[in-house]
Amino acid sequence: MDSEAEIENLEMRLLLETIYLRYGYDFRQYAHSSLKRRMLQCLAECGISPLSAAIPKVIHDRQFLDRLVTALSVTVTEFFRDPLFYLALRKQVIPLLATYPFITIWHAGCATGEEVYSLAILLSEEGLYERVRIFATDINGQSLQHAKEGIYNLSSMLESSQSYLNGGGQHSLADYYHSKYDLARIPSGLKENIVFAAHNLATDHVFSETHLIFCRNVMIYFNKELTNRVLHLFEKSLVSGGVLCLGSHESLSFTAVEHRFTPISREQRIYQKKVGA
Amino acid sequence: MTIPRPRAIVIGASAGGFLALRTLFPVFPEGFPVPILVVQHQPAQGSGPRGCSLLALHCRLPVREAMDKEPVQSGHILFAPPGYHLLVEPDFTLALSIDAAVHHSRPAIDVLFETASDVYQTGLIGVLLTGASRDGTAGLQKIRQRGGKTLVQDPQDAEAPFMPRCAIAHGAADQVLPLNAIARTLKQLGNFQHE
Repeated sequence: MDSEAEIENLEMRLLLETIYLRYGYDFRQYAHSSLKRRMLQCLAECGISPLSAAIPKVIHDRQFLDRLVTALSVTVTEFFRDPLFYLALRKQVIPLLATYPFITIWHAGCATGEEVYSLAILLSEEGLYERVRIFATDINGQSLQHAKEGIYNLSSMLESSQSYLNGGGQHSLADYYHSKYDLARIPSGLKENIVFAAHNLATDHVFSETHLIFCRNVMIYFNKELTNRVLHLFEKSLVSGGVLCLGSHESLSFTAVEHRFTPISREQRIYQKKVGA
Repeated sequence: MTIPRPRAIVIGASAGGFLALRTLFPVFPEGFPVPILVVQHQPAQGSGPRGCSLLALHCRLPVREAMDKEPVQSGHILFAPPGYHLLVEPDFTLALSIDAAVHHSRPAIDVLFETASDVYQTGLIGVLLTGASRDGTAGLQKIRQRGGKTLVQDPQDAEAPFMPRCAIAHGAADQVLPLNAIARTLKQLGNFQHE
């Protein structure tokens, strides 16, 4: 081991191990390359080089640790990302959900909440919102707080208006927020049936039986082992016939739970847990 | 300059890129023994057929968008999906991310080039084509720093000269070539044995 890249990778392993041993935050099973990019970017902003110089700093400087953990765990998303997915959800999943008297939904890795509220809007247009409870979870406390507040840049909201319509929206996205200056606020009615809670997919367990699990573009940040752990959690949480929604370029192929699910929409990565599985 | 057969080829293109790739792709013979990874800047939510499915019509190799966690494969041309960065993992699988745009782009050329250079090191060829962005320069520099080789399209030959010019100005190009010469060079790479 003597190439620059290999030495950097060693430094990164030591730093992740340090963060875990000192504070219990476990990034050791995250996908390597995106984590490394985020880490190097955060260290560059703090003027720290080489990577291993962050090890003593992380041990003694809690503020720096918080900054680094935030940089490593924040994810960003948008309202109605992948409109065709939402269209498939309306056409192929809503009729299924409608057969349940009460519907429990787990939105795992909800980040700052854009996709949770997208789902809430869709459910209310389909007449199901009164019958649902959505557990929206994330590992990052700041993201959760943002999601709970439900205040977004008006400009990003306007950019999503067309996605909302392409996703089968029946009104105008502007009907679902109050705008003031350059901000858009989600009204409390849309938050009523959403419970925001901290949950760590790497270490925590199943907390409820669910009918629908949303976990889109979250496991792309995990390695294969952690991805399989998470998929086992989902498989355990879902009722027979429950539905799992992944991101548009994620797949159950070659995962440990592939045989437990059948695709509802191969194209949109919507899967159903086999009955009796 | 002869270059030994690389372990992977990464290609970045922006404005004018689809036309350039259409010229480039037909030179690869069936069973080309090197994996090819591509970032072409494009809007996240295009309607109609995706650009890469149109390019597949002009190519003997399979061309498609990469899936998260799939293994890199020789003789396949995999594109970063619109709206996602494409990264190479140390176990030679591909990863996607929806991290912030780099140089206003997601996918970004730099993200693919930098992560691929960490994994393939001296065995990587980076190719930067036409475009009107600064993206790709830092990625090419990283490839050179790790011992890989870089080819940049001659700005005079590029539909949008800014991107190749930027790379050349920053000393990130091993060779500056018109598109047809880049095509010939890449085709020949398949004939050489591994280092």
